[in-house]
Amino acid sequence: MTELPTTTTRKMGLVIDLDTCVGCHACVISCKGWNTENYGAPLSDQDAYGADPVGTFLNRVHSFEVQPVASPTQPNPAAQLIHFPKSCLHCEDAPCVTVCPTGASYKRVEDGIVLVNESDCIGCGLCAWSCPYGARELDLAAGVMKKCTLCVDRIYNENLPEVDRVPSCVRTCPAGARHFGDLGDPDSAVSQLVVERGGMDLMPEMGTKPVNKYLPPRPKDTLEDQVDILAPLLAPAIEDPGGFLGWLDKALDKLPGGNA
Amino acid sequence: MHPAPSVILFTTLSGLGFGLLAFLGLGYPGVTGWVAFVFYAIAYGLAVGGLLASTFHLGRPERALKAFGQWRTSWLSREGICAVAALLVMGLYAIGAVFFENHWPVLGMIGAGLSLGTVFTTSMIYTQLKTIPRWNMPLTPVMFLSFSLAGGALLAGQESLATWLLLTAAAIQLAYWWQGDKAFAASGTTMASATGLGGAGATLRAFEPPHTGSNYLLREFVHVVGRKHAQKLRAIALVIGFILPVLLLVLPVESTLVKHLMAALAVVAHMGGVAVSRWLFFAQAEHVVGLYYGKR
Ligand code: SF4
Ligand code: SF4
Ligand code: SF4
Repeated sequence: MTELPTTTTRKMGLVIDLDTCVGCHACVISCKGWNTENYGAPLSDQDAYGADPVGTFLNRVHSFEVQPVASPTQPNPAAQLIHFPKSCLHCEDAPCVTVCPTGASYKRVEDGIVLVNESDCIGCGLCAWSCPYGARELDLAAGVMKKCTLCVDRIYNENLPEVDRVPSCVRTCPAGARHFGDLGDPDSAVSQLVVERGGMDLMPEMGTKPVNKYLPPRPKDTLEDQVDILAPLLAPAIEDPGGFLGWLDKALDKLPGGNA
Repeated sequence: MHPAPSVILFTTLSGLGFGLLAFLGLGYPGVTGWVAFVFYAIAYGLAVGGLLASTFHLGRPERALKAFGQWRTSWLSREGICAVAALLVMGLYAIGAVFFENHWPVLGMIGAGLSLGTVFTTSMIYTQLKTIPRWNMPLTPVMFLSFSLAGGALLAGQESLATWLLLTAAAIQLAYWWQGDKAFAASGTTMASATGLGGAGATLRAFEPPHTGSNYLLREFVHVVGRKHAQKLRAIALVIGFILPVLLLVLPVESTLVKHLMAALAVVAHMGGVAVSRWLFFAQAEHVVGLYYGKR
């Protein structure tokens, strides 16, 4: 079972847009919710309300800071904060599958999804050791390996309305930063998006050939010298106003605390 | 990597046990009867004890038997099969030596090969992991095998051979550390390749981890506690694991009792040194996933 299929009919996966992700962690929560209530062992927490809470998550959002180098066009470039969601990348050459001694880990021929058969898993953890992306976590309560299932129990689920037949994280993302589709089909919307935006692989040197792609953040716009666009409107039109406005100004100054 | 006592015990003890079995299988020493019984009891105690210790780090130890199925791709599976085969073949060989005063050389050679094969397959479980550059080097299996042979010779009472094997193992250990210290940089994996962010010249740093608390990944893969003592521990491992045993072996002594005591001491010191080296093997191993957390 742990021999990888040489090809898969489709390559279902996610395209994650680092430009639009706002780092709200909604996908983290919806993933945890869906995958606790549905397929497989629930994603447990330990010491959830105590001093040292830990828990199993299939999707986590990191944040990185990039300080671009100064250039003639941008002498003082602003630092960028990039939110970075990370879940299983459903690699074509998945090391987590081949290292598994029990055959619990496998990659499906029909859609390329990498899954764990929890009733065969002995919890040796070797697959998590072999994953460069930290996409697998051993559940401390169940003693078995948990990982993103690409919401396999949603995407083909005829009991759900069609609009919901996408991964929970994709459905939830308020910024539309997660896209789901067949990356093996060059005409699919996700493949087009990858071409358009220069989608990239994480750690290509690891040779895992991830199916999931990341869209790089766009360069940030230059900041104008005048940052506060409302300020000119608020500047006093006349330095020493007379008439009604002058009277109002003075009257207001006299009120307690009203010191211009 | 988290230096779990179960894996340190496992690799230290079973390495020694299978090393001794390999020597016994080749007829060094060619003992029979009660003496043979004692030798085999020690070898099996170490090898089986180590294997049992390794099951303690499983999340579901009761399913351990399932681990034999995937020998076509999994080194862990291959190790399990090799270990069981070695123990069975050497068991038959031991029966010959203990009860029939007889050595069956072909069986012994097969058993010795399987015993060393077990050590090799164990080392390949670590060596295969590209995610841990310090392990992903040809020197890793060389080191495991050299330790196992040196310890095996020591336990088998092959004094002059043990001296040379201990010195060789020490040299390999030094080479492993020297190369290992450069492995992460040489792997080419950086925070920039992990995230695809940064680009030419830009500074990239981990700003915020996904959660304020710890998690399985950090506990298992980002072990930094005690690394600052690494140089001291390396010196300790080298001295008590190899230099002291060699000295104890080559010091000329008259009485056989003293000689036996010194040999026993050499064995204990060697085991301690190997355990320290194994602790470092895990504690110093940096997993690339740490890059996502700005840690190593
Ligand atoms: S991201 Fe990790 S867990 Fe997912 S397929 Fe790739 S190696 Fe396996
Ligand atoms: S933890 Fe489970 S799925 Fe992972 S390698 Fe071990 S047996 Fe296979
Ligand atoms: S596809 Fe499903 S399991 Fe995977 S990260 Fe998204 S919500 Fe979680």
